[in-house]
Amino acid sequence: MKPKRENSDKRIKKEKPVKTADDKWVLRLYVAGKSPKALTAFANLKKICQEQLDGKYSIEVIDLLINPQLGNEDQILALPTLVRKLPVPVRKIIGDLSDTERVLVGLDLLPVS
Amino acid sequence: MKRKEQKILNKNLLKSPTGIQGFDEITGGGLPAGRPTLVCGGAGCGKTLFGMEFLVRGTTQFNEPGVFMSFEETNEELIKNVASLGFDLDDLIKHKKIVLDHVHIERSEIEETGEYDLEGLFIRLNYAIDSIGAKRVVLDTIESLFAGLPNQLILRAELRRLFRWLKEKGVTAIITGERGEETLTRQGLEEYVSDCVIMLDHRVTEQTSTRRLRVVKYRGSMHGTNEYPFLIDEDGFSVLPVTSLGLEHIVSSERISSGITELDAMLEGKGYYRGSTVLVSGTAGVGKTSIAAHFAEAACKRGERVLFFCFEESPNQLMRNMHSIGIKLETWVKKGLLQFQATRPTFYGLEMHLAVTHKIVSVFKPDIVILDPINTFVIGDKDLEVKTMLMRIVDFLKAKQITALFTSLTSSQGSLESSEAGISSLIDTWLLLRDIELYGERNRGMYVLKSRGMANSSEIREFILTDHGVELREVYIGARGVLTGSARMAQEALEKAEVLSGRQDIELKKRDLERKRKVLEAKIIALQADFESEESEVLKTIETRQNVLKRLGQDNINMAESRKTDNENINISNPKK
Repeated sequence: MKPKRENSDKRIKKEKPVKTADDKWVLRLYVAGKSPKALTAFANLKKICQEQLDGKYSIEVIDLLINPQLGNEDQILALPTLVRKLPVPVRKIIGDLSDTERVLVGLDLLPVS
Repeated sequence: MKRKEQKILNKNLLKSPTGIQGFDEITGGGLPAGRPTLVCGGAGCGKTLFGMEFLVRGTTQFNEPGVFMSFEETNEELIKNVASLGFDLDDLIKHKKIVLDHVHIERSEIEETGEYDLEGLFIRLNYAIDSIGAKRVVLDTIESLFAGLPNQLILRAELRRLFRWLKEKGVTAIITGERGEETLTRQGLEEYVSDCVIMLDHRVTEQTSTRRLRVVKYRGSMHGTNEYPFLIDEDGFSVLPVTSLGLEHIVSSERISSGITELDAMLEGKGYYRGSTVLVSGTAGVGKTSIAAHFAEAACKRGERVLFFCFEESPNQLMRNMHSIGIKLETWVKKGLLQFQATRPTFYGLEMHLAVTHKIVSVFKPDIVILDPINTFVIGDKDLEVKTMLMRIVDFLKAKQITALFTSLTSSQGSLESSEAGISSLIDTWLLLRDIELYGERNRGMYVLKSRGMANSSEIREFILTDHGVELREVYIGARGVLTGSARMAQEALEKAEVLSGRQDIELKKRDLERKRKVLEAKIIALQADFESEESEVLKTIETRQNVLKRLGQDNINMAESRKTDNENINISNPKK
């Protein structure tokens, strides 16, 4: 856990419509097997990250069929779910990420219009 | 017939016993095994607890581990909440008997971006079930998902899939749901879970609350359809299967003493029947509780167990008051034969009282139960409900062969008998105490209004509270009516005086007679004396005369001899010779 002040600093920065962040983005995608939804979600995520985050990101894909116990930590119910671990606060985006605009809103990459 | 059907059905439908007191009785064995059951009800009605007890008892009594998936309370909260009921969840979790899984959804953290499903929940539940080989699952309250996930279409489709999946998995599941406005649950979960629906209710009428349980639906099984009161206390849930009782209880012909010798005498000299229901009714202050206390004491002396419900007095006050008539109840309390249960009737609803009675009786296992008094239950116009409740209590106690003694206060206005008509049919032996006001004083009278199955006395007895207990005296019944108290004593004194004077009269008459007899005797003696003297005189005269005659004769002979007259003349003149 990082100190709180840092968190709030980050949030202030993120609230501005900036495209890039200082730190690296840690993203986690939870899926169940290689379902069509999972594949779509991964493809969509990769596209968005390449466009928006310019290499400053890491994506971890967790298959709950293989490691079911990992779902508890992030309170995963719906699949697929994208969790933004960093920067804090944690954000969750559910669905196959086909609605790009909402994904950006969810990731705080776009201001809510 | 019914039992046969039940057996056939039970063969088809396996049941998973809950271990919850009374619940398995009304459902004929528990929840449908391997199927989901919906437990719905308003806030604070005990849904979570029902689920938790199902799991805890499942693992401790039936060796079926369980998973509790909570959508509302955290694990820590749950553990704390049920610790008050004596469930040590920590220990059960440690021994892999129970898994607690808190599912937390924060609406603000979630953004929906296209197609998804709830496979994550399935995987998670599956993982939890498999980790301990769970047979039972509780989902509490799955409706929280509706607040967390915006897409209702997906959610509903997924829930349907979830319940089907639970069935396939073969776990017995409880799904709790918040009560809706017009539907059983707010989100209409009853559409998906259709095997068994149980409704819990927490109702407040006349400022007293009662918890009730109803089996709305149970596919493929017979079940009680009534609303059953239930209780949540330090031992968890207990449901009261009251109306499942019939009139089939075993009847004893054993007699037990009422503790008052004279009263026993009025009841064929033997007292009440064991397992019968006795009602002592009367106006205020006539000694109803004293009769109850006598009965309790007598039972304790025989070594029987007595449960005394007092609804008006505290046990200490009652024990103190009974000292005044020489009954020391605390001895028996100390010995554990007598237990007091004091609650205000308004403390909870009628059903709750019933449930409490049921529970305490089951735990204490008394031979005798005393309810003092029962009419305090009647608050407002609930006569019918009170009657039903008493009937249930009577049936329940009878089935257990427990002798029950109720006291009932009747108002001094109106007929003493009619006010109790509501329950009179339930009563086997009815003692009526009444005050008799006469000549400026108020005395207590008692009679046996009815006593089923015995030739009871029809007398009215005067009822006296003395420092060594209750005494029943014969009342004066005579030309002047029934007299009690000092009037009776006065009348008795009067009678005594009358008897005394009567005796004196006889004595007098006897003496008079004696005197007369003596007078008569004296007279007889006098007369006899008179006669005797007269007789002797007459005899003397006769003798003299005879002597004279003799002498005369002799003289004649002598003269004749001297004259030498012939013998004829001599013979004629002296014929006696």
